Amino acid sequence: MGDGTAIDVTLSDDSKKVDGQPAPIEGVTLTVTTDDGTEVGEDVTDAEGKASIPLPGGGTYTVTLDEDTLPEGIELDSKTRTELEVRVLISGSATIAAFPIGVQAADTTGFATKLIDSIVSGIKFGLIIALAALGLSLIFGATGLTNFAHGELITLGGVVTYWFNRDAGLPVILAGLAAVLVSALFGYAQDRVLWRPLRRRGTGLIAMMIVSIGFALFLRSIFQYTFGGSTQTYDQYVAQVRHSWGPIHLNDKEIAIIVISLVVITAVCIAMMKTRMGKAMRAVSDNPALSASSGMRVDSVIRNAWILGTALTGLSGVLLGLNSQVSFQNGGRMLLLVFAAVTLGGLGTIWGALLGSLVIGIIVEVGPTFGVPSSIKEVGALVVLILILLVRPQGILGRRERIG
Amino acid sequence: MDFLEILRTALQQALGPTAIVYVLAAIGINVHFGYTGLLNFGQSGFMAVGAYGLAVTVVILDGSFWLGVAVSFVAALALAIVLGLPTLRLRADYLAIVTIATSEALRLVFGSVEMKDTFGGSNGLTGYSKVYKDLNPYSDGIDLGFISYRRDDLWNITVGWSLVAICCLVVWALMRSPWGRVLRSIREDEDAVRSLGKNVFAYKMQALILGGMIGGLAGLFFALKQASVVPTDYNTNLTFLAYTALLVGGAARVLGPVVGGVILWFLLSGLGATFGQMTSGPDPILPTWLMDSSQSSLTRFIVTGLALMLLMIFRPQGIFGDRREIAIDGR
Amino acid sequence: MAAELTAAQAALAQVATDPGAKKPDPIVVGSGITRTFGGLKAVDVEHIEIQRGVITALIGPNGAGKTTLFNLLTGFDEPNSGQWSFNGNALQSVSAYKVARLGMVRTFQLTKVLAKLTVIENMRLGATGQKGEKFWLAPFKWLWKGQEDEITSRADDLLARFKLDAKREDFAGSLSGGQRKLLEMARALMVDPELIMLDEPMAGVNPALKQSLLGHVQSLRDEGRTVLFVEHDMDMVRHISDWVIVMAQGQIVAEGTPQSVMADQRVIDAYLGAHHDTDLSELDEAALEAEVEAEIKEEQA
Repeated sequence: MGDGTAIDVTLSDDSKKVDGQPAPIEGVTLTVTTDDGTEVGEDVTDAEGKASIPLPGGGTYTVTLDEDTLPEGIELDSKTRTELEVRVLISGSATIAAFPIGVQAADTTGFATKLIDSIVSGIKFGLIIALAALGLSLIFGATGLTNFAHGELITLGGVVTYWFNRDAGLPVILAGLAAVLVSALFGYAQDRVLWRPLRRRGTGLIAMMIVSIGFALFLRSIFQYTFGGSTQTYDQYVAQVRHSWGPIHLNDKEIAIIVISLVVITAVCIAMMKTRMGKAMRAVSDNPALSASSGMRVDSVIRNAWILGTALTGLSGVLLGLNSQVSFQNGGRMLLLVFAAVTLGGLGTIWGALLGSLVIGIIVEVGPTFGVPSSIKEVGALVVLILILLVRPQGILGRRERIG
Repeated sequence: MDFLEILRTALQQALGPTAIVYVLAAIGINVHFGYTGLLNFGQSGFMAVGAYGLAVTVVILDGSFWLGVAVSFVAALALAIVLGLPTLRLRADYLAIVTIATSEALRLVFGSVEMKDTFGGSNGLTGYSKVYKDLNPYSDGIDLGFISYRRDDLWNITVGWSLVAICCLVVWALMRSPWGRVLRSIREDEDAVRSLGKNVFAYKMQALILGGMIGGLAGLFFALKQASVVPTDYNTNLTFLAYTALLVGGAARVLGPVVGGVILWFLLSGLGATFGQMTSGPDPILPTWLMDSSQSSLTRFIVTGLALMLLMIFRPQGIFGDRREIAIDGR
Repeated sequence: MAAELTAAQAALAQVATDPGAKKPDPIVVGSGITRTFGGLKAVDVEHIEIQRGVITALIGPNGAGKTTLFNLLTGFDEPNSGQWSFNGNALQSVSAYKVARLGMVRTFQLTKVLAKLTVIENMRLGATGQKGEKFWLAPFKWLWKGQEDEITSRADDLLARFKLDAKREDFAGSLSGGQRKLLEMARALMVDPELIMLDEPMAGVNPALKQSLLGHVQSLRDEGRTVLFVEHDMDMVRHISDWVIVMAQGQIVAEGTPQSVMADQRVIDAYLGAHHDTDLSELDEAALEAEVEAEIKEEQA
């Protein structure tokens, strides 16, 4: 660490006064980088709006404010930059960066505007969930296994992208592609090394689920070991200005996320409908024993489901990292949402996974507009999950199963 | 390397309060998974409501200590009912999904900024354990030569192992009865049990409640021995470690979780101490690029994850178990 | 066949041999029962009555909906429509365990013995009204010890009757296929049912055991119980059943005494004639395959 030199940032909202002082803004992530782009550290503002990032020494640094972490109802106005250059000349914690935040306060933003914004961001988030949910459904359909290590496959995508991007110096787009490839390889490897031998041994599904929680613990700890406990960002597209199309406001990376997810999901769905392998996958998920007896190579179908499923899930992680940040806990937090999505739609059905994901994405993002505290907006998904199980356990698009 | 020191730490930990927390949690999971075949992947959620039940009652609501203890049990009972109602008529994975999701959601709620006034946010709650501390009859710690416990830890392990003994006694008495026979039958084939006129749903619910309340007790004890409840303590790793403890000792045996918890915690503490020593000091044995001291504490989770997988695959009956008796290998 | 007929058997002589015929003393009466799986009508029974005190066989090619009808009647599956009653008690949306408690107990095509419990424990589980199965009484052995002993002696009697007493302490998983069938039947008797429903009791049983199994099924009737069974083994149907109901494609196509049904042209057409010598399991797969294809088409549409 350094010698106590640090950049101290105080974030406050000039348009809202508390006791005559600008109101502090809590929970905003600030990242400090050197002028060659290396990240020095980051911190989140506390209840007094203060954050402190230790520095290795003097020099010129850039402080970046992560716009996505701003509380609901607060936006930077057009005059404000999200990046600030700071020159640190002396040692000691004396350097202060101030972000004057021009704010559109909550009351000036109409309810309708907020609602539209949150629905759009819900659709975007829903599509990210959908990629992972599609992956889970493919694997579930082919193997019958509810994979509790699925969240870690999301983390894998983000973490690997980060490594390719920050450590290997690839641009984010290439790093993301590489991460999807790595995910696909990992999907192949985990089937080959772990799940296929278990199938051969005739290990039961309950036992496999226990194996999957062991695998989840193992992977998550490996990620924490190698990636560290902190939250990081890719080195491009971190903060972007939003463009407006009528009531819809999106920045470039958000548009990219929506387009990429839509294209990939559509491609997968078409492939499932039209190609031989897609039809085989659906047949196996309908009736594995029959498919095997009618000469289908069930093992290769399952292998492909693992490869494709893990790759899709990895992509979900790549986009999640692009949308917000990368952390070893990304997947753990997404797991709840992915499970809620597939259960809502109907476990193992592809259309159900998509529909469920969009519903969950929107519920999670719209919730705060209706007063759900934003730090626990994921809890809404759980409520939906429990309700749907009470009312229609097979999910919206699922079928009742045959017994006996 | 000081092997004697590592051995001492491991032994001290294996019989100490933290091991007891895992033993209690694993006894609850044994009722769920071992005897009934219910996949509760959210034991940490039961533990969290047990811990917060006490802390919130005493610190926030200004209730008495004993009321807090009662609230802990009621909270665990209510959670079991809420989780069981939608899932216990469905395939086994639904309970697993809902329990793991709920335990994570509870952790988010307990740690949330917005509900800081009720649950204390990410710093949690303290200052509820005075009654418990005042009950401590010991005037001094104990020195057993090789290992020793301070005064409050001596009280913790006295209370803790007594609770373990009571839970084991209850589980033993229940599982040798016809009630236990119904549970074991449900674990094997619930349709068969249903065809014989047993209300399978009610039995599963009773098992979920019993195991969940033992989980709540584990959380309560965790809160007492720690003197603070912090939301991050109740993450899914806690559940997974308890599963590993159960599988080490052998599921569906009364003393399985006890033996398993002690052995697991002995190994993990020994491992932690070993890597701790290897990464500490100005010139650590392991180079820092390979492992630093914060990474050394993660080795226990990596090893546990691997152990859980390998146990389930190669020795589902546990280290001492008899493979014929355990029902979890086949399907 | 025994020369002297019981009153219940004799009464069947007066019954018309039409599908869904009324019986003089029915224990089960059902009508309008349908169940569809993804567009395929697995069961579509207009009317069905089961005579009390006799052995009724339910036959038909695979995929005819016999097991599904079993599942529906016993509460293991829910129909799309229909009502049925047992001893006058309406059973729509009554859960499976309550149906069993009313005295209508079934066995399964693939036996469901509890493999990791011993044979005697399997038997004890069957007894109803056990105090020791109540959570609050269970921990206190002295409260249920007496009842447990009674149950055990009843179980031992049944094990002796079914020649399983030598296996008493073995894990049920170690039994042969035929012994499992016997154990399942014996366990069902622990419930003391009025109507016992056997799903393919002869499937997978070695020929040596078949004769004694036939005897056991007849003995159930002789002690006053009603028996309904699904079977492919025509020998068994011919030998022991008093009445035969024939299903095909979810519907009841014929009813009657074994002799009249075997001679019925409708039955020969629907079942015996067309596929008399074909392997039934092949038919089953063909039907399933068609079902899956139909579903995939449906999804695409």
